[in-house]
Parts: sequence; structure tokens; C-alpha cells
Amino acid sequence: MSTVLLPGPAPTARQLILNGIFAENPVFRLALSLCPAVAVTTTVANGLLLGVAVLLVQVLSSVTVTLVRGFIHPRVRIPVYTIIIAVWVSAIDMTLAAFTPALYAQVGLYVKLIVAFAIIISRLEVFASRQPLVPSFFDGLGMGLGFLFALVVIGAMRELLGAGSLAGIPLAPGKPLLFFALPAGGFFSIALLMALFNWVERRTTGKSSAGGAGGTHGV
Amino acid sequence: MASRLRPWMPCRPGRPGAATRAARTAPAALSLAVLLAAALAVLAAAGVQADTRLLSARVVTPDRLALRFSAPLERTDPANFRFTTAQAPDVPIAVTAVRRAAGDRVVLTLGQKLSGSEHYRLEIADPPLSRDVRPSTWALLITVLLSSALINNFVFTRYLGLCIFFGVSKKRDTSLGMGATFTMVMVFTGMVSWAIDSFVLRLLHLSFLQILVFIGTVAFVVQFLDTMLRKTHPGLHKRFGIYLMLITTNCIILAVPLLNAQGSAGPLESFALALGSGGGFALALFLMSCARERTELARVPAPFQGLPIAFALAGLFALAFMGFSGLDFFR
Repeated sequence: MSTVLLPGPAPTARQLILNGIFAENPVFRLALSLCPAVAVTTTVANGLLLGVAVLLVQVLSSVTVTLVRGFIHPRVRIPVYTIIIAVWVSAIDMTLAAFTPALYAQVGLYVKLIVAFAIIISRLEVFASRQPLVPSFFDGLGMGLGFLFALVVIGAMRELLGAGSLAGIPLAPGKPLLFFALPAGGFFSIALLMALFNWVERRTTGKSSAGGAGGTHGV
Repeated sequence: MASRLRPWMPCRPGRPGAATRAARTAPAALSLAVLLAAALAVLAAAGVQADTRLLSARVVTPDRLALRFSAPLERTDPANFRFTTAQAPDVPIAVTAVRRAAGDRVVLTLGQKLSGSEHYRLEIADPPLSRDVRPSTWALLITVLLSSALINNFVFTRYLGLCIFFGVSKKRDTSLGMGATFTMVMVFTGMVSWAIDSFVLRLLHLSFLQILVFIGTVAFVVQFLDTMLRKTHPGLHKRFGIYLMLITTNCIILAVPLLNAQGSAGPLESFALALGSGGGFALALFLMSCARERTELARVPAPFQGLPIAFALAGLFALAFMGFSGLDFFR
């Protein structure tokens, strides 16, 4: 399903970024790394913080793997990728803890858990270990932006419905549908948004959707 | 019977070497006696000073503390007591009322809610007494176990491990296999990471390496179990080996050591948290697989087919698990 790996002319930076945001959106289409997508998206700000962290880790590890892939023996590549990701996650984790302590107190555990996110290691395996530096950079950027986009959309929806505000600015009096700020509401928001993505896909392409509905999720 | 002398029996007088040995042990015995006498004197002095002893202290939820003394307490004004949590010994919890009860008992009412599973410290000014108020081992074990399995179920209230959760919850068989493997590996990695964290990382002030070390530990343990199982129990490996490899990419397996390190948990708490979260994950997987087998037969609207309906199901389960949130095991 990975369109960018088909033989042919090298994809451009714009294609790669759009691919990450829409065609292969990590959350809605590939259904990878769903844990943070439900966990931290009670507000836009939380989603934004984690999205930025993932974006940075994805770009930095993609670039690192591209640079050192010549030295990695194929049999030990997965442990080496994990260590590269862990190093960058530690760095980003400490940076965020130092600069945004209030937000970090809420999402700190999930920032640390970026190291176990399937999306990052799968992009390293599928893309960065086989492509040159520049496309890898843009692929990482696209995937990170797609993730950021998904988190902000879910966060906005839940904050608007659950707390009646958007990015901390109150829009509606009281709490319209508190349900969406609760854990269960997170699952329902994702179900609704995923179904929406599938519906739009069916409408635009006219064929049955392959992404979120299929069995491609998992590791 | 007693004529045979074994090498580890003390030498009897009259045998060669016994006199010299006695002479050698005499100074040691003397110093031991002096030490004992000193200890007795200290104890006696303490006994004279504090004739009222605190026999027991127990948290009575929501906000009371029941004390039992060996003799009636003279001062029962709130200023006589200082009560803090073990984590923040500088911030006293206000004592709002003190009430005498029958049989040298005193009941303190405190300004905030107490938990039966927390560690507290009580200090009394007159007579000078202090005591750690902590739950019994079993209470602690059961509280942590049940709260991590039900109240804070990793899947339904902390949303961790979702990728694996939706991946392997399609069939009941796979979900049971994954659940069992996962619980076992979780306990193993939890204890190994706890040992590394408390005996190596903390001592050397290397806590910033936590993420790196924990993920390495998880990968190592999983690889180790995989190799061991393949060599020793090929049948088991054939059945559960596939799940082992999936576990490395699961966030729960990493979250447990991180949570333990964050709360500076002891060995028992770490064990209970690992077992409870593994069991909670297995329970969630089993419930979900049962429900998903039924949706296979249901008519689901086209855009909702596959993952979206699974998410909606998980939402319903999460709603049900919210019912556990008020659960308190020690009232």
C-alpha cells in the first residue's frame, strides 16, 4: 500500500509531505500509534505538544538512520533503530520537560513512550533505510506533520465538544458534551473520524477503502 | 550417642585446643556482654522517658486516623500531632479534631482525604513519639494489583498498547495466547527493570538514561525468553513465540518500568503493578475478542467496517470500566 516505494521517478518533496498527511496518514489511514492519539488529545495544546515531539523524533531519526545505514548490519538493524530512536526521544523528552513544564506534567509519560511508537520504526524500516537523505527527510517531515495534524484534529474535536473551548479560548458556555473529554469519548471520536476518512475516500475514489478498514494495522 | 564429635560442634573442655580457643573467645564474649548491658540501659532509659507507647495507627477512610496507646494520652489538642505523607514530609496535613475513645484510643480527624494504600508519618510532640503509617503488605499488594488491573486498566483508561490490542483481539484463541504471554513477560521485565533502576541507575545518578536502558532491557528479555523457549519447550514456542516478538513494540511493556521509576516503587509494588497491568491487558483482550467475534456477524455500515467499529466497541468497554473508578478496597 506504500505508494512511494513503487518504481518510477523519485517522488517530490511536496508529494511526500502530502502523502504523509493524507494518503498515508499515520493515525487515520495506517492506524499506527493510536495510543497517544486517544490518550493526550483532550485538548488542542496537549495534542500539539505530543505532535511536535513526534515530528522532531521522526525527522531526526529518519535522517540519522539514512546517514548511518551503511554501517548497520541487516541482522541487527531493528535494535539499532530502537537505540537511535531512544536517544532522540531522551533528548526531546528532556528539552520539553525543561521548556514547557506545565504541559509536560500532563503528557510526560506519553512523550517517553514515543520510543515504542510503531509509526517511527516502521518509517525507518520501510523508507529511511532504503532511500537517500533528502527524500527521507521529507518523508519523516510528512509523517510527523500527518501525525501532528491528526492529533490536533482529534484534540480540537474533543476540546470543543467536551469542554466547549478551543485551544483554551472558551466558545460555548458550560460543558456541552463532557462525555468526549472522558476516556471513552476518545475512542468514539477516533471511530467517528476514521469512519469519516473512509467515507470521504469512498466518495472521492469510488472504491472500497483499503487503509483503516483493512488489517494493515498492528505492529 | 554423644561420644562422636562432629567438626562443627563446640569443643568440649578437656580436649586439646579447647583452652586456647576459650581464651581467644573470652574478650569477644566480654565485649558482647558490655554491649548488651549498654543496650539494656538505653532501652530502660527510653522506657522511663516514654511510658506511653503507640500500639497501632490505622487509616480509617475517608479522613480519620485511629490510634491505640498503651496508656491514656494526656494532651489531645490538635497542635500535639503532626501528620504528613511519606512523599512530602515538609507539608503537614492539618489535624482538625482529636477525639478520645474507649480503651486508650484516640481518633484524629484530618483536613483532607486519606487513602488506605498510602504511606504517612505521624509525629506526636508530647509524649515524643513517631510512627510510619503504612498499609500491610497484603493490603498494598492487593490494592496495587486491582487498581492497575481494573481502575486504571491500561487499555481502557490509560489508552496504552492499543496497536497490539486492536491487532490481536480478532479471535478468542489469539487473544488468550497473547494475554498469557504478555503477563509473563511483563512481570519478568518489570522486575528486571526495577532492579536495574534501583540498584544501578539511581546509585550512579544516571536516571536520564532510563528510556534507553528500559527499552534495551525489554528487547533483551524478550530475545532471551524467545531463545530459551525455543530450546527448552519447542511446543510452547511454536504456540506463543509469535506473540513474544510483538511484545517489544508494545507501549505497556515500557510504561510499567517508567511508572515504577516515576513513583519510586518498592519491589512488591513493582511486582504488583506488573502483574496487575499484564492481567488487566489480558482481560481487556479477552473481552474485546469476544465482542469482535460477534461484530463479524453483524451488519455494520460500510464506513465503519473494520477498525472504526472496533474503536466504538472499545469506547463502550471504557464506559463500563469507568464504573470501577470509585472503587476503594480499604474502607
